[in-house]
Amino acid sequence: MDQFTVWDIVRNLLLATRWTIVLSVIAFVGGGIVGFAIMLLRVSDLRALRALSIAYIDVLQGTPLLMQLFLCFFGISLLGFEISPLVAASIALTAYSSAYLAEIWRGCVDAIPKGQREAAESLGFRFIDMLRYVILPQAIRIAVAPTVGFSVQVVKGTALASIIGFVELTKAGTIITNATFKPFLVYGFVAIIYFALCYPLSVWSRDFERRLRAAH
Amino acid sequence: MRYHFDFLAVLEYWPLLVRGALLTLVLTFIAIVFGTLLGVAGAYIRSARVPVLSAVVAGYVELIRNTPFIVQLFFVFFGLPSLGLKISAVEAALLAMTLNLGAYAVEIVRAGIESIGRGQLEAGEALGMTRFQIFLHVVLLPALRNVYPSLISQFVILMLGSSVASQISAEELTFAGNFIQSRDFRSFEVYFIISAVYLVFAFAIRRAFGVIGRFAFARR
Repeated sequence: MDQFTVWDIVRNLLLATRWTIVLSVIAFVGGGIVGFAIMLLRVSDLRALRALSIAYIDVLQGTPLLMQLFLCFFGISLLGFEISPLVAASIALTAYSSAYLAEIWRGCVDAIPKGQREAAESLGFRFIDMLRYVILPQAIRIAVAPTVGFSVQVVKGTALASIIGFVELTKAGTIITNATFKPFLVYGFVAIIYFALCYPLSVWSRDFERRLRAAH
Repeated sequence: MRYHFDFLAVLEYWPLLVRGALLTLVLTFIAIVFGTLLGVAGAYIRSARVPVLSAVVAGYVELIRNTPFIVQLFFVFFGLPSLGLKISAVEAALLAMTLNLGAYAVEIVRAGIESIGRGQLEAGEALGMTRFQIFLHVVLLPALRNVYPSLISQFVILMLGSSVASQISAEELTFAGNFIQSRDFRSFEVYFIISAVYLVFAFAIRRAFGVIGRFAFARR
C-alpha cells in the first residue's frame, strides 16, 4: 500500500461509519428502555426509589463518559468475562444515555400540571394507570423534541468507543491518519460525516419544538 | 478466579493524581472564562443580526454542536501543525475546550436574550441608548440570570469532557490514571478512584458557580 487516494480515505471512513450507526442505535434503544425504567422510579411515590434513581442519574451525569467506558471495559473483565470493545461500549453508552433520557423525560412528566395527577388520584387511579392514561399521553408530545435532540449526543458519544479500541468512525480516522499523515484532510472528512449524521437530527428536533410551540 | 482489590496501591501515586486533578481544574476554569466570553459575543452578534458575521457564528455553532469533542480535539492537535502552527497538547486542549463551550454558550445566552421583554429594549431606546449600550446595561445581566442554570450544566459537561484530552497526552486527571494503570495494571481501582474525583468536581462546580451566581445576580 503506497498511495491513499482521497476516495480510498472517504470509502474506508464510510465503511467504519456503519459501526458508529450500529453503536448509536444500540445505545439509544438500550438507553431508552433503561431510562424509562429509571424515570418511573424517579416520579414514583416511594421516597427510597426516588433517592435510588437520583443517585443513579447524579453518578452517571457527574462522571465522564470516558471513565464509564473504562470501568465497563476493565471492570467486567475482572469478573472473569471476556468482553469485546463493542459489548463494553454498548453497556457504557446505554447507561450514559439512560441517565440523561431519564432526566429529560422526568422534566416532561413534571411539565404536566399537578392538577392532572391530583384529578387522576381523586378518581381512584392506581399509580401505573395514572401514568398510562393521564400523564404519559400528554408528556410524550413534549418529549419528542428533546429526545431527538439528545440522540445527537449519543451519536457523538460513540466516538469515545474508539479509545477502548472499537473501530468506528473516529478510530478509522486515527488509523488512516497514521497511514497517510494527512490529519487535516482525514479528520476534516470525519467531522463532515459526523455532521451529516447529526445535523438532520438537530434540525428535526428544532422543527418538533417549533411545531409544539405553534400548537399551543 | 478471585480478584483482590487494592485501592491503596493506586493512592501511592497521589502526587501524580493531584497534579492531574489540578490541570483538569485549571483547563476547565480557563475554558469557562474564554468560552463564556465567546458565547456572549456570539450571542450578541446573532441577536443583533450583524450581516455576514451572524451567518459565520451560526455556522460555527452548528459545526461544533454536531461533531464529537474528540474529533474537534484531534483536528486542532493533529491538524493545525500540518498548517505550520506548532501547538502543545495543553494549548490544543484549551483551544478545543474553549471553542466547544463557546458554541453551546452562544445558544444558551441567546435564549436568555430572547427571554428579555420588548419593553426593556424600548425603555433603553427611549433613554437614547445605542443598541450596544442597551445590550450591555439593560439586557445582558438579566439574560444571563435567566439561563444561568443551563450555563452551569454546560460547565460541568465541559469539565467531564476534558478527560478526553488525555488522548493527546495532556497530563490531566485521566492521563494520570492511564499512566498509573500502565504501571501496575490496577485498572478498575484507578478508574474507580478517578471517577469519584470527577464526581466531586462536578458537585463542587455546581456549588461554586451557584454561590458566584447568587452574588453576581443579586437584585440591586
